[in-house]
Formats: sequence, C-alpha cells, structure tokens
Amino acid sequence: MAKAVSPAPAPPATPNRERPSEPQPYSASKEELLQFYRDMLLIRRFEEKAGQLYGLGLIGGFCHLYIGQEAVAVGLQSALSEKDSVITGYRDHGHMLLCRIPPADVMAELTGRQAGISKGKGGSMHMFSVEHKFYGGHGIVGAQVSLGTGLAFSHKYNEDGGVCLAYFGDGAANQGQVYESFNMAELWKLPIIYVIENNQYAMGTSVNRASAEDQLYRRGESFRIPGIQVDGMDVLACRGAAETALEWVRAGKGPVILEMKTYRYRGHSMSDPAKYRSREEVQSVREKSDPIERLKPLLDQAGIKEDQLKAVEQEIRKIVNEAADFSEQTPEPEASELYTDVLVERY
Amino acid sequence: MPVEIKMPALSPTMEEGTLAKWLVKEGDAVKSGDILAEIETDKATMEFEAVDEGTIGKLLVAEGTDNVKVGTVIATLAGEGEDAGAPAQASDGPPPQSAASASPGGTAEVERPSDQGTEDAGPSPKQDTGTKQLTQAVERTSVADPEVPAGTEMVKLTVREALRDAMAEEMRRDPRVFVMGEEVAQYQGAYKVTQGLLDEFGDKRVIDTPITEYGFAGVGSGAAMGGLRPVVEFMTFNFALQAIDHIINSAAKTNYMSGGQMRCPMVFRGPNGAASRVAAQHSQNFGPWYASVPGLIVIAPYDAADAKGLLKAAIRTEDPVVFLENELMYGRSFEVPKLDDYVLPIGKARIVRPGKDVTVVSYSIGVGVALEAAEQLAGEGVDAEVIDLRTLRPLDRETVLKSLAKTNRMVVVEEGWPTCSISSEVMAICMEDGFDDLDAPATRVTDEDVPLPYAANLEKLALIDAAKVVAAVRKVCYR
Repeated sequence: MAKAVSPAPAPPATPNRERPSEPQPYSASKEELLQFYRDMLLIRRFEEKAGQLYGLGLIGGFCHLYIGQEAVAVGLQSALSEKDSVITGYRDHGHMLLCRIPPADVMAELTGRQAGISKGKGGSMHMFSVEHKFYGGHGIVGAQVSLGTGLAFSHKYNEDGGVCLAYFGDGAANQGQVYESFNMAELWKLPIIYVIENNQYAMGTSVNRASAEDQLYRRGESFRIPGIQVDGMDVLACRGAAETALEWVRAGKGPVILEMKTYRYRGHSMSDPAKYRSREEVQSVREKSDPIERLKPLLDQAGIKEDQLKAVEQEIRKIVNEAADFSEQTPEPEASELYTDVLVERY
Repeated sequence: MPVEIKMPALSPTMEEGTLAKWLVKEGDAVKSGDILAEIETDKATMEFEAVDEGTIGKLLVAEGTDNVKVGTVIATLAGEGEDAGAPAQASDGPPPQSAASASPGGTAEVERPSDQGTEDAGPSPKQDTGTKQLTQAVERTSVADPEVPAGTEMVKLTVREALRDAMAEEMRRDPRVFVMGEEVAQYQGAYKVTQGLLDEFGDKRVIDTPITEYGFAGVGSGAAMGGLRPVVEFMTFNFALQAIDHIINSAAKTNYMSGGQMRCPMVFRGPNGAASRVAAQHSQNFGPWYASVPGLIVIAPYDAADAKGLLKAAIRTEDPVVFLENELMYGRSFEVPKLDDYVLPIGKARIVRPGKDVTVVSYSIGVGVALEAAEQLAGEGVDAEVIDLRTLRPLDRETVLKSLAKTNRMVVVEEGWPTCSISSEVMAICMEDGFDDLDAPATRVTDEDVPLPYAANLEKLALIDAAKVVAAVRKVCYR
C-alpha cells in the first residue's frame, strides 16, 4: 500500500495588520537595577506589614496583598512619565507606592485614620491621589477598565501627551464592560495600556475554569487591539514590555494589551485560606520565580554587593516600620468628618 | 370609492406635522411602496409611502402647509376603475377627534416610517392613551415663577430647545464640556435634544458612542475624574440600568471615598418616566432610585425655563448630577426668560401656583397634572398651592414644610410607583418635621403599583391624572 502523501505544512499565520515589535528585556543600568530592587522590596515589606497589622486587628475589612506580583507594577511604572495616569482595582497598595505616594499616607488609610490618603473614608480598596495621577483604587471588579478608558479619553481630549495605565486581573478580564471599553478605545484610538495582571486565580477560580480563551493577551483580537504576553515575574521583561507598549500608544496607534503572567503568594484577600491550590504549587513559584530573588544575580553581576543590598533592606524596613507606627498612633477621623465630602458644593 | 390618505403619525410623539413636499401629482398612478410625500415630524423629515395601489385623486393639503394634524385627509386615491376625481367621503374638514389626539410618547427606535401607511377610512387609528392625561395639562395651565423679575423679556421655547440651548451655552463657556451618547452627533439626537451641536462644536466634543451604556458611563466618569466635564446622554433612563454601577459606585461615591480630593463633575441626562404606549421596559420613573444615593444631585425639571436654567447649573456644579428629563414634555412650549446666562439654583423648589387651602407637591410631568387639578379645585372653592420640587436630591424640605405650615394639608403627586418613592419621602418629612401642622393625614397620588401595560386603556388606568388628584385633595380637605 502506497504511503499517503503527507499534506504540505500550513504556512505560518501572518498578521494581517501592524503589531508592536516583540518586546526585549530591558537593559537596566546599575542605578536602575538597584531602584527596581528597592521598589519591589518596598512593596513586599509594606504588604507583609499590612498583613501583620491586619492580624492584629488594626486593619479591617478586605485587604488584598500584592506579594509575588511586585515585578509587574515596578517594571511598568518605572517607564511612565509625569504626564501619565495609573488606575487599578482593589489590589492597589503597590501601585500607589510606585506613584510615590508616601507609605505612611497609605498605611494610615489602611488603619482608617484621618491622616490617611482618603481621610480614612476609603480604606484599602478605595484610595486615590489626583496629585500623583493615581486614580484609584476601585472596589468593583472591572470598573477601572472603563474609568481608565475615560482617563485616556481625557488625555487625548486635552492633548497632554499622557497615557493611561489601566490594570485589571484575570477575573476582571471576563467582565462585559472590559470589552465595551476595548471597543471604544480602539475606535477612538485612545492612549491606554490595558494591563491584565494574570495571577492565575480570580479569587478561588483558576483562569482555565473561568475563561474560554485563557490566553488573555488575545482578548483584544476582535477589537483589533494587539496583545503581548509577558513574564510578569521578571522585572526587566515587564519594563521591556512597557517600552514597547508605550512606543505603540504614544505613536497614536491606539490601545495595547499586556498580559502579565504573575502569581500571588497570599490568598485573594486576608480572609482567604487559599485552599484551591496546593502548598507545593505556591512553594514552587516562590523558589523558582520570585521576582526579587531573580534580580539578585543580576545585581551581583552589576557589581552591587550583598552589604549594599542589606543597607537597602534596612532602609526599607525603617520606612515601613515608621509608616506602621504612624498609622497606629495617628488619630481616627473626627466624628464631624462623617458628613464632609459627600458633595463638593453646598446647595 | 376612493381611499382617503391621511396625515400619518410617523412617531409616537407626533401630533401634527408639516407637509413639506408632495412627490406625486394628481392623476399619477402609484403602487405600494411609492413615496408620496415628505413630512416633517417633531423630530425629523420622513418619507411617507403608499400602501395601496391606485391613482392619485385630489391633493387636499398644499405642500409647505404647517401644523397638519395627524389624521387629516391630505389626498385621495382612486382604485382601479374608480373615478380619481370623485370626492372622498370626508374632505378637508377637521380630523376625527380621536385621531387628532394622537398622543406623544414612545422611543426613537420604534420610529419606522414604512410601518405607517395610508389608513383606511373608518374608526380613528390612534387610541386615547394614558399619557395624554399627563400632557394636556400643559396647554390648560400656566406656571408662576416669582423669581423671574417683572419685565423680563420672554421667548417661547420647547423643552427640547431649552435643553439644547443649555448645553450649547455651557459648551461655548467651558471647553472642558463635551456631550457623549448614542446618536447624539450625526443623528442629531434620538429625540433631537442635541440637534445642531455637532455642527457647532465638531466631533471632538459631540461624540457618538456604540450601544454600550455601561462602558460609556464609565468612560464619561473616568473623563470627569481626569478633569473634563462630560454630559452623558442616555437614550432613555431605562437603558441606564446597564450603567447604574458607574453612576452610583463610581460617580457618586468618589468624592467621599477620596476624602474630597477626587471629584466626578458630570451630568447623566436623558428622558425618564412613562412614555406613550411603549410598555413596561421603556416606562419607568427612576427619580426615587437615584434620589436615595448620597453623593448624587438629582434634578427633574417640569418646564422649559427650568430645563434650561437647571441643566446649566448641573453642568457647572462640581458634583455628579442625574438630570431626569421627560420625553412627553420635549415638544411642549413654555416661556423662557431671555437672559444671557439663565442659571437656576440647585436644591430649591418653587411655588408654581400660590394657594392657601392645601399644598400639592409634585415634580417633573406631575406638576402639570397638579396644576390642572388646582384649576378644577379653584372652581370648587379650594385654593391649592402647587409646589414643584425641581431638585429631588437635595430635597427642599424648607419650602415643603413652609407651605404645609400655611395650608395644613398635603397631597403629593408623582408619576411613578408609590413604594419607596419621592412621595414616601415627602410624607415622611411631613411626619418628622410637620406633624403639628397637619390637619389631615398627608396622602399621595401615584401611578398604580404595576409594570406599565401596553394596552391603551390599561395604560390610562395605571397613570396619574387630574381627577385622582382632585379626589385626593377633597379627601384631605374633608369635602
């Protein structure tokens, strides 16, 4: 019997429209490497302290920690300029620190004090700083995607050259308004980078249990929005992706999607026992891909010595401890604050 | 016998129109689908098609004629073998009463010219509906406004024009103001409220959105947080249910949650309340929903002057505003003060008819019903004071309580459901702070507590009317 002729292999799919170039890992200077390390460590230690204060009952309600995901925000936000705006969901502490909001203002908000960034009225999930171009801090899953699209609209309307960085999670990626926003953003070529922080679990539901298309960077395809998948545990890869995305958006080519493959070490919130995944799974990520540990060999190669890192560590611990002390000692809001800020004007 | 071709109702809100142009002449043979004429409705110029085959007999209304009532015979059509010149049964006399009473209402998406054809001679095509009872008060009553100085020059404007003028004036004044929504630009507004804005301000500031209420309400809110002054139009507030998350969770709460540092100065506007014959999903008053939310301003004007003065105030304020218009009122004309910058205060009710025997509180379209009832009651020797709340949040308790202290009797009139309503709220205010002034239990007249039905007779039963208000007033006056 004659051997069947094997069909000719299909030619590789060629994109029918322009795409951003493939991002390259960022070549960081020694100073930049050290800054990435500092920033990731600041977030890690800040979040560990927040978890501790939660355990002591000083922080209440829902408190979502960013531990494990630090490389994403550090890599991306290090590429922003002062014109650009940032918006995210409720896992927002790290993003705020990177917008250079003082850690004490954030921690005092977590403890619900008058000196908090929202005067103690917002809490962990609702923090904002127009001054630092950080627009929240939004508690409704996916809301920040439409709101961020509106911020991008205002950048374009004002012709201020700014770009909005709108973060959301793999869970929010299934919300309808995300796609309504994608459509308008591409239709109007708005300057926005949609950052899907894919930490693999929407609360307790893994991506492939919730998403028919689990390659989330493809979620913009029906809207002609290019998507790029990025190793979100590698700060240089994150920064490199930011460079590519910003170049695309600043050229007026409209939105772009970055899917950041990352992992959170803690539960969804402080009250989540995280029984939906094994201890081994978490341990394996920590050992193999921890973003801070991964940076250490590069720091070493750059000539940054262990004692220098220790000094950074001590400095960060001091900042975080001072923020925590402040947040415990500074007073709660006056009772009269209950009625302020409901409306701006008097009628 | 020749068929009568009558002035068609080309939209639910159309009562009369202009016969802009005849596209046929006497003696022309026409078949189904041929375009007979161009007719200008209250919203647009539309083509009017033939339904029957035949020969055009007489053209009874000349082209260019304005104010041709719906149902007026405009031409005759002879069938095969008939004498095209024979007079039709009813010539150009007044149209049947019920046909002329085609009531306003409905939504743009039911506007389908080809659905409307020549009517057979016979019973009137349009049924009397419940919304007529809401709007007829406008012609029969007038509004007092003590705040407009005597001698101010007045111009007659429709509510629709007043709203458009308010937006245009504010857009000229403040480059941050822009309008977005479905069909607001090229289509000139589903209800023509944004007519002309695209021409004047261009597509940067007058923006057609896809049909994505949740999305564009969020985009508008985000733009406001980013420093702009969006006016977001909902084709109707029924569709804003898809967007209510952003109105409440994003717009209303941001200033408080941020300790006063991030604002959301914007207007969500569009028609609210019952329209005509569009049934339950397109007929609902959301006033009480939004008025229950701290952080929002909720405005529901009645006439054109308030529509203008309050919309300008809404666009200017630093707080997010839900601005509830009423489709049935868009085409109604009122006197508007001719002032360079007519801005009204938010949060102030007005006494639209002073009286001493009973206080009738209402808002939006209910004000007309209340005024009509007051006229009837005057004939019975009852002098009713009518208060238009104008702003539902913050509610002007002071004006309500002051009037109650004068009249000692209170009836609240609301085109909306009774449960957890503005009328519930006003009655609670009377109990809390006006109890000693009450000579009779406060009462209310509201729509029936059912989804609004389609059938004309049931719709009529479901909605408020002046007779119900008169009965309620008699009750609280023990007459």
